[in-house]
Amino acid sequence: MTQDQSASRFSPEVGIDLAAARKRAGTWRNAGLASVLLSILIVCVLVLAVAILSGTGTTILAKLIKWTPFLAEGFLLNVVMSLIAISAGTLGGVFLGMGQIALVGWISWPSKVLTQIFRNAPWLVLLFYCIFLLPYQVKIAGQTFIVANWLRASIGLTIPVAANFSEIVRGAMQSIPSGQWEAARSLGYTWRQSVFQVVLPQCIKRMLPPWMNLYAVLLMATPLASIVGTQEALTNLRTALQAEADGRLLLPFYAYLLSWFFVYSYPIARFSMALEKRFAIH
Amino acid sequence: MSDPFIRLHDVYKSFGDTPVLRGVSVDIAKGEVICIIGPSGSGKSTILRCINALTRVDQGFIQVGDIQVTAKNLDMVALCHRVGMVFQQYNLFPHKTVLQNVSMAPIQVLKQNKAEVTERARALLGKVKLGHRANAFPGELSGGQQQRVAIARALCMQPQAILFDEVTAALDPEMVGEVLTVIKEIANEGMTCVVVTHEMGFAREVADRIYFTDGGLIVESGPPAEFFTNPADERTRSFLSKVL
Amino acid sequence: MNAFMSFFRELHEKGGINLTIFYDPFDMSRFSHGLVLTVVMFVICAVASVLLGLFGAAFATLPYRVPRAIVRGYVAFFRNTPPLVQMYFFYFGLGALVPTSRNAYGLPVAMVNNLDWALIALSLYAGAFNVEIFRAGIEAIHHSIIEAAAALGYSKAATFLHVMMPLAWRIALPALCNNLIELLKTTTLAYAIGVPELLYVSNQIWSDNINTFAMMNVLMVVYLLLVGVVAMTMHRWERALKLPGFGAAR
Repeated sequence: MTQDQSASRFSPEVGIDLAAARKRAGTWRNAGLASVLLSILIVCVLVLAVAILSGTGTTILAKLIKWTPFLAEGFLLNVVMSLIAISAGTLGGVFLGMGQIALVGWISWPSKVLTQIFRNAPWLVLLFYCIFLLPYQVKIAGQTFIVANWLRASIGLTIPVAANFSEIVRGAMQSIPSGQWEAARSLGYTWRQSVFQVVLPQCIKRMLPPWMNLYAVLLMATPLASIVGTQEALTNLRTALQAEADGRLLLPFYAYLLSWFFVYSYPIARFSMALEKRFAIH
Repeated sequence: MSDPFIRLHDVYKSFGDTPVLRGVSVDIAKGEVICIIGPSGSGKSTILRCINALTRVDQGFIQVGDIQVTAKNLDMVALCHRVGMVFQQYNLFPHKTVLQNVSMAPIQVLKQNKAEVTERARALLGKVKLGHRANAFPGELSGGQQQRVAIARALCMQPQAILFDEVTAALDPEMVGEVLTVIKEIANEGMTCVVVTHEMGFAREVADRIYFTDGGLIVESGPPAEFFTNPADERTRSFLSKVL
Repeated sequence: MNAFMSFFRELHEKGGINLTIFYDPFDMSRFSHGLVLTVVMFVICAVASVLLGLFGAAFATLPYRVPRAIVRGYVAFFRNTPPLVQMYFFYFGLGALVPTSRNAYGLPVAMVNNLDWALIALSLYAGAFNVEIFRAGIEAIHHSIIEAAAALGYSKAATFLHVMMPLAWRIALPALCNNLIELLKTTTLAYAIGVPELLYVSNQIWSDNINTFAMMNVLMVVYLLLVGVVAMTMHRWERALKLPGFGAAR
C-alpha cells in the first residue's frame, strides 16, 4: 500500500478526516432533531387515523389520553430497566470481551464459553431463569430487602447484553491491526498497558454504533418482563384494556404503545447510522 | 569478535511446520551498522523480531548487551530500553498526537520524568525535521513524515541499538530519501543499527557489513565493497543480479 | 427405550434430578410436540422472512420513490418497535378485525388463529432485518459488475436475478446466519399468545412437576443445540458457496 499526496490529510489506516468531520457534526444535530420531530409527527398522524377509522374517533382519543399517565409510569420502568441492563451489561461485556482475547487459556476459554452460551440462549429463557432462581429477598447487614421483580428482570436482561457486548468488544479489538500491538510491545508495554493505553482507546469509536444498536435491541426486549410479572408499559396497557373491556380499543391501544417505542428508538437508530458513516474506514 | 553487543548463536525458529530460521549466527559490535538483504521469506525480518523478543526462538542463544534475550526470566522493559524497533507500516498510535506518540513510552514504561521526556521528544522531532507538527495526529501526516516520527519514537527510549524492518518499503519513492537521510545521521552518530532493506544504494553507502540470507540461513556476509563487487556464493550472485 | 426411561426414573428417585420428559410418556409427548412446533415455526418463518428480505431489498434498490418509501417504512416500523408488542398488536389488535366463522359445535373460531398470527408477526419482524442485510449485500457489489451486465444486454430484472442476487447472497450469508439464529430465539415470544412451542410446554411441564430448575436447564441445552445446528448448517452452506478470491471472509 503506497501513500499518495505528500501532505495527505486522509490516511486510510487512520480513517478519520478531521476537518470534514467537524463540518459534518453541525449537520447531524439537525438530522437528529429532524428525525425525532418526523417520527413524532408520523406517529400522531397514524394514531389519529387509526382512531378515526375505528369509528368513534373522539372517545378513543379521550380514552388514550386518559390512560397515558398510567402507561407513562410503565414506560418509565422500561427505560429504567434498559438503563440498568445496558450499564451493567456494558461493564460485564468489557471484561468478558477482554477475557476472550486474553493470552492465558484459563481466562480466554471460560470467557468464550460463557459468551457463546449467553449469546445463543433466548432472552425470554434467561429472564425465566433469573425470575425463578434469583432470590426474592436478601439479607444485608441483618436487614431483609425484597428484590423487586423489575430488578430481577433487569439482571435477567443484563446477561445477554453482556454476552453480546463481549462479542462487540472482541470484534473491535481484533480489528485493530497487529502492528499496534507490536509497536506497543517493542516500546516495552505490558499486555495490560497495551490494552488500556493503545488498543482500547482506538476501539471505542468502532464499538459505538454496534453498542447503540445493542441498546435499541435491549429496549425492544424490555416488554418481555411483562411475561414474568413486571409492571411495565405492556402490563399496564393490558391492565388498562381489561379495565375498559372494550374490543374497539385493542387496535388503537397497542398501536399507541408501539408508537411510544418507535419515537424513543428511531432517533437513536438514525444517530447510530450517522455515527457509523462518520467512523467508516474507507 | 571479542565482545559483540548483539549476539545470535545458532538460532532456530519455525512457524508451525515451516522452518524460517535454520541455524542463524550473527555477531554485531557496538556502533556497527549492519544491513540484512535477501529474497522474501528468507527470514530477514524474523531475525530482527527475535532480537527484541517480539518472536520467541525455538532454539539458540541471543544476547543484547548484558541481557540474555533467550532467558526464561527476560526483563522486557530493560530489553526495550536497550534496543528499539521501527516497522515497515510505521505503527504510530492514531489516537495520540505526534508528540504524545514519541514521549508516552519513556514516561509510562521507563517511568522517566514527564518534563524531561517531553523536552527530549521535542528535540528529537526537531532532529527529524517535524518539530512544527508536534501537535498533529498521525493521520494528518504523509507516509514519510509518519515514518520519521516512528524513528523519533524509537530514539526517545534512548536505546543502544535500533532495528529497522524494511522501513522504506511502504513509502512512495520521493519519500524514501528523507527517511534514509535520518537513518544515515543516526548511524553516523554511533548508534548500532540493524537494517533489513531492499535499498542497495543505501546499504553500499552506510553499512559496515552486509549479510545475505536465503532459506533461513546466513549465506554470505562481508563489507559492502567486497560484497557487491565480488560475491562468493552463487545464490548471492543470482539475487544481486536480479536487484541491481 | 425402556432402559432409557427407567434410567431417568431412577435418576429422579435416587438422584433427585427430575426429568419427567424422559420417562413420562405424556410429558415426553408434550415436549417433543413443542420441540417440533418450534422447529416448524422456525423453518416457515425463515423461508418467509428470507423471501420478504429479497423482495424488500429488490424494491428498495428500484429507482422509484413509492416502493422505496414503503420498504423503508416497513423496515423502520419493525426494527424500532418491540417484537412482543408487535405480536400482541397482530393477535389482539388485528385479530379483532378478522372475521370469525363457526366450527362444528357452533362456537366462534377465528379464521386466523394464534399460531398463524405468530408466524405472520415473526416473519415480518425477521423480514425487516433481512431487507437491511440483503440491501447491504447488494450495495457491496461493485458497480462495474452491473455495468458489465448492462453492456451484455441484460435487462434490469435479469441483472438482478442472474448477476446481483448470487453475489449479494454470498456477501449477506454471515449476517443472515446471525439473523436466523435471532429468529430461532425469537420464536419463544409466541409463548405470550399461547402457542404451544417449546418454552410454553416446558412451562406447563415444570408447573405440573415442580422441576423448574431441571427443566430450564434442559430448555437452555435444547436451544443451544438448535442454535448450534443452524449455525453449522449455515457455515457448511457458506463454505460450499465460497468463491475463491471474492468476499470479505477469507
